[in-house]
Amino acid sequence: MTKGLFVTIRDLELKNPVMTASGTFGYGEEYAEFLDLSRLGAVVVKGLSLAPKEGNPPPRIVETASGMLNAIGLQNIGIERFIHEKIPFLRTYDTKIIVNFFGDSIDEYVAAAERLSAVDGIHGLEMNISCPNKQAGWCIFGTDPRVTSEVVQAVRKATALPLIVKLSPNVTDISVIARAAVDAGADALSVINTLTGMAIDIRTRKPKLANRTGGLSGPAIKPVAVRMVYEIYKAVEVPIIGMGGIMTAEDALEFIIAGASAVAVGTANFIHPTAAVDILDGISAFLAQERIADINMLRGTAHAC
Amino acid sequence: MIEVNMGTDPLLKRAFSLFRKTDEGLQILYRVRGKGTGILRNMKEGTVLDMLGPLGNFYPMPPEDKIPLVIAGGIGIASVFSLVERLAGRSIVFYGARTKDDLLMSKELKVYAKELIVSTDDGSAGLKGTAADALQAFLSSHSSAPPHFCIYACGPQPLLKALAQIAKEYRIRTYVSMEEHMACGIGACLGCVVKTYEGYKRVCKEGPVMNAMEIVW
Repeated sequence: MTKGLFVTIRDLELKNPVMTASGTFGYGEEYAEFLDLSRLGAVVVKGLSLAPKEGNPPPRIVETASGMLNAIGLQNIGIERFIHEKIPFLRTYDTKIIVNFFGDSIDEYVAAAERLSAVDGIHGLEMNISCPNKQAGWCIFGTDPRVTSEVVQAVRKATALPLIVKLSPNVTDISVIARAAVDAGADALSVINTLTGMAIDIRTRKPKLANRTGGLSGPAIKPVAVRMVYEIYKAVEVPIIGMGGIMTAEDALEFIIAGASAVAVGTANFIHPTAAVDILDGISAFLAQERIADINMLRGTAHAC
Repeated sequence: MIEVNMGTDPLLKRAFSLFRKTDEGLQILYRVRGKGTGILRNMKEGTVLDMLGPLGNFYPMPPEDKIPLVIAGGIGIASVFSLVERLAGRSIVFYGARTKDDLLMSKELKVYAKELIVSTDDGSAGLKGTAADALQAFLSSHSSAPPHFCIYACGPQPLLKALAQIAKEYRIRTYVSMEEHMACGIGACLGCVVKTYEGYKRVCKEGPVMNAMEIVW
């Protein structure tokens, strides 16, 4: 372990800034035969809800130029099965386990956060607020600063764990939402979730995804994500976990220079199962090359000019 | 899963079935259909590609007392060819294609299969119709016999669905190799699912070969 890679998210100490993005790394075990999970700063697992969720009908994914759209529909095994079947395995690794979760009402978010906080071996929570609020006309929690504030505040009261809020980029001004989440008690922000998009089959005249729309990820969204990290870094004081199209160490470094304390590798895991550790090795090599003793010195340096 | 280029467009690896194993290595048989296979076609001999695999399951071997009926629609032949090879003279192969020119490996199939029944959509070779039509005709002429067959199939979804119907009617155990858009190939993205009576199953992990009776068609 290189000392110069050490970063912290509130009191969560990460041996390095490379994490996995929720929904692209399963529950960790899918990748354990390809890489040593202990090398990662943190493993962020697939989003969980109190009850298992079946997900959307196929086709669920479609490839687009330098990206992919997905509409998995948050399929997951539910919090209880995760705790009993997946946590014991994850605990055998020397890494931090961050659990991504969501609900379709504020009460569900609170109950999920309470349940997860009572489990040994979970080091942090990441809230997905890009899903609809069934109690309030299906609006997306994370696209309205007031609703964001309300749900984050409620969860904040329910957990003492480091609380990361994952922001939706599908908003007019993401700094406003970031501010609302931080004021409501978020310890850190994940920036960004996927961008809503669509692809159409010109022969059948139908959307290619059964769900019609899906979340765009991959290199296509990276410039948008870097810009949002840059803006949020100026707007709030909490650590930012940068993500969106990171394929290489150079991509990851862009996010850090824009203001991210840590980065998450997402879609790249699908293409190269070892992507996260390859990126970590690349970051170390860059630090050595540039004679930077501590990665924290690099954070936000784009703001100096 | 095979990476067809080093850049980001196309982004994902491509899923191919392993066509066959020779002394020289593994072979892939593909039809040029989209961006990825277009790039593959123009690749120079000796180009090195990144590959992840083999992944997923294979057709389970039939018990000794069963006659395996192997059905291939179009490029689906790539998936079942090695099965026919392994079944060395035991299988009856139903091979459907659009036209005579789309039929591949006919010579080899005749060597490894007990019988080869060809069909084409336009009637330019063999029976006119699909491989399901050919199977239906075959079974109705053998209908007095007890269900001592088992079916293995790969091809377009409408063909597999038609086969599942036939298999249900004749009560024949049927294995189909499924296809869905796939990102990771290792069970993480949950993109390649098909609906079964036990919930969604992943083509890459629980498949691609599944029992036709399990699938909600």
